[in-house]
Formats: sequence, structure tokens, C-alpha cells
Amino acid sequence: MKILTFILISILAGTQAIHAQSYLTKNGKISFFSRTDIENIDAVNNQAVSVITPQTGSIAFSVLISGFLFKKSLMQEHFNENYMESTKYPKAGFKGTISDISKVTFTKDGTYNVSVTGDLNIHNVTNKVTVPAVIMVKAGKVSANATFKVKLEDYKISVPKIVEDNISKTIEIKVDCNYDPR
Amino acid sequence: MKCLKLIFLFYVLTAATQIFAQDSTASLLSILEKEMEQNKDVTFYTTATFKTTRLINGHSVENVGKGVLDVKVSHRFGNISEGFYELFGLDKASMRAGFDYGITKNIMIGVGRSTFQKTYDGFIKVKILQQSRGKKNMPITLSYIPTIALKTIHYEDPKIDNHFRSRLSYSHQLIIGRKFSDNTSLQLMPVFIHQNLVTLARESNDIFAIGIGGRQKISKRVSLNAEYYYVLPGTRLNGTNNSLSLGFDIETGGHVFQLHFTNSQGMNERTFIADTKGRWDKGDIYFGFNISRVFTIGKKN
Repeated sequence: MKILTFILISILAGTQAIHAQSYLTKNGKISFFSRTDIENIDAVNNQAVSVITPQTGSIAFSVLISGFLFKKSLMQEHFNENYMESTKYPKAGFKGTISDISKVTFTKDGTYNVSVTGDLNIHNVTNKVTVPAVIMVKAGKVSANATFKVKLEDYKISVPKIVEDNISKTIEIKVDCNYDPR
Repeated sequence: MKCLKLIFLFYVLTAATQIFAQDSTASLLSILEKEMEQNKDVTFYTTATFKTTRLINGHSVENVGKGVLDVKVSHRFGNISEGFYELFGLDKASMRAGFDYGITKNIMIGVGRSTFQKTYDGFIKVKILQQSRGKKNMPITLSYIPTIALKTIHYEDPKIDNHFRSRLSYSHQLIIGRKFSDNTSLQLMPVFIHQNLVTLARESNDIFAIGIGGRQKISKRVSLNAEYYYVLPGTRLNGTNNSLSLGFDIETGGHVFQLHFTNSQGMNERTFIADTKGRWDKGDIYFGFNISRVFTIGKKN
């Protein structure tokens, strides 16, 4: 009888602990860079939403295209209007898994190099990607960052001939998120 | 008793597993969606209603961004009906060079000089309302544009008593614009023009007109534009007509090229709205272009 109660309580408590363990951010930072000999273009979005669930290693991101801020307002307008068509495709997203999640101990401070695989959706085109990422745990806070490259043509983003030399065919994307337990 | 406990235990276990399963897999995206929903208290402002700050001759509802300098060079050639000898008007060019600058997101100023009557002009453009959706829903964009123009061409008759103020004219214009879809935008432009001096005593110094204009994009970077100003009868000057212009915007990165056909030769409000002498049906059509090149010179934030 006593044993049974003990098991019951421990299971209940365990469930609670597991249930609470997912990490969320609403102000993740996603930036991108295009580097060419003629000009460098960069933009940043500080309102990315992301969730990590440690048990399964699931990780997801969602970001509004219109939230990317450029230094030049006309570039921002062209980015939304001509390249990303943000009224038609307002969001970009990622859904995948951290394949070596077992390496990460979310309760212990440390820096973990992991690999993330999943579906990246930009401009209404979805591609499978695998990118290296770093997860850092410090005093109960979890942060993650990653840098990877995408090809414009993979996402059907076309650049007209006349500005071909101004925009790199490969864009570097940086992700930098600080998560809070949810 | 023991049996009951076991059942209870089993029940708790399954319930717990269910919660766990839901939270970790399929619902990840729905959590994201929920969080994005909560971001709904943001306002999405409509941008790129038109490609540049001018529709054809007149203003569009667009402003240049803060800290952006827009250098505009415009030409109107001679009458197409003059034929091959004048290369359909290309031998006779009238031009305006101007600089527009964005002081804030919603306030821009501009100055220009036209060869037509050696006119200097200046304006302020204030965006009062901006079309938006989301937290703040606004169906239209509203701009107010006061302008002043100064003719510096020699007085027609220097022997009489001429006044400097006779060289000045003013206009006040409202633009009510709406981007109906990515491709289609329309605007209405009521305008009031005051000229300190008119040619005939019976002519009105005050002219009221209403303009309508719009664009239809035909590709991502090319749009077809039209603009018409109707001068209210009774205020129209002798021998003038309503201004009708048709043209294309071609956008290439930092440049916008506007090519058009119009029956107006002037490039400031007074001249093209109140002083359009040409008539389409008589073949008084002028080919023209505006070139806009933007430079980001100030800080955006």
C-alpha cells in the first residue's frame, strides 16, 4: 500500500516535471546577410517565436517576414514586395528535431554542439535541411544559436538580371534565441 | 480496495502519457501559432501602394523613407504630332530637376526647378493616415501636400508696374489612396490652386480640381499608371484642358523609371492641373519620363 502511494506520487511528480519542460521564446533574433563585391545587405528580426521540447528533441521556429528590419527603407519594401511576397506568404518557419538531443542535459550548465534536422519553409517552399547548432544551458536558462546558408533558388526567390550582382545567391542566416521554461 | 487503487494508478499513468505526448509532438506548431496569435496586437502598415512618390505628373500617396534623398529628373518632350522633322517632339525638351527628402517616415519636403516659365517649386508632404490592418485598422492612406511655385521668367511687359507676388502660385492637395491588392491601387486627389495673377480679369484666381489615378502592376517590377485631373467648370482658365496621362513605372532596385504620354507639359501642380493646353483628340500628346534615384543619406532610426 505504502509502496503504491509512493509510486503514484513519484509518477505524478515526474509527469509534472516533464510537462513543464519545454522552452519558449517570443523574441528570438533571426538575421541574414547577403555579401557581394558591390554591396552588403543585412536585416534582422527580433520577434521570432520558437519552442524546444527536450524529451523528444523537437524544435520549431516561426517568424513574420514583414518583421525583418533593414537599414534602407526601400530595400525593406522591395524585400517584402518583390522577393518574399510577404502579403502572400507572411511567415517563414522551421520544424524539426535535434538529432543528438541525448547529449544535452537541460538541467546542467554547459555548452552542447548539436545537429538539427527538419523542414525549412521560406517563400512557401519547404526544403529539408540539416544545420549545426549550439545549445547553451546556464542557470536554468537555455539559449541556442546557429549559422547556416540557404540558396535563393532553392526557395524560388528570383533576382532580376539588373540587380544580380548586388544580391548574393547564397544567403547566410543567423539564429540567436534565449529561451525561458514554459 | 487494492483493485481500485490499481485502476486509479493506471488512469493517472495514461492521462500523464497523453499530456506528455500531446505537448511534445504535434502541438509544437500549434503552440507557435498561439504565440504568434498573441502578437496580433501589432499593426501591419501597408507599404508600396505606388512605386514612387509621383504617379505621373502629380503626387502619389507614397513618401520617401526617413533620411532618404530622392533625386528626380523629369523630361517632357515636344508635341508628338509635330512629326518626323522634330523627331516626334524629342527635339524640344522641357525638364524639371528636383530633390525630395524624407524628414520623418510621414513628412517629406521637396524642391525643384522647371525650365517651363523658369519655375522654382517647393512642397511639403504630410502623411496623415496610413492604411493598415491588425491592431489598428485603417482602410485608406491620407496625405496633405501644400506647394508653392515661383515663376522667374521675365515679365511679359517690363514697362508696366509689375509685382513680385504676381509670380507666385499655391496649391493645396489631399490624396486619399488605397492599395486594394498587391497589384491594384487607386487614389483620389481633390486640389485647390490659387494664382496671384491670371491673364484675364474675368478668369478666376482660384481653381478647384479633382484628380483620380491608379496603378495596375503587370509584373513584379512594372506597373501601368493612369492619372486624370478634372478642373471644375467655372474655375477653368481660358484655353486650358483637363490633364490626362498614361504611363509605365519600371523599377530596378534603387531606380524607378516612369515613361508616359500626357497632354500636359508642366511638371508642377499649377502648370499641369490649371494650365494644360494640349488636347489628346488633337494629337497634342507629349512623351515624357521621370527618373528617380534614391540615396540613403540620413539615419533611419
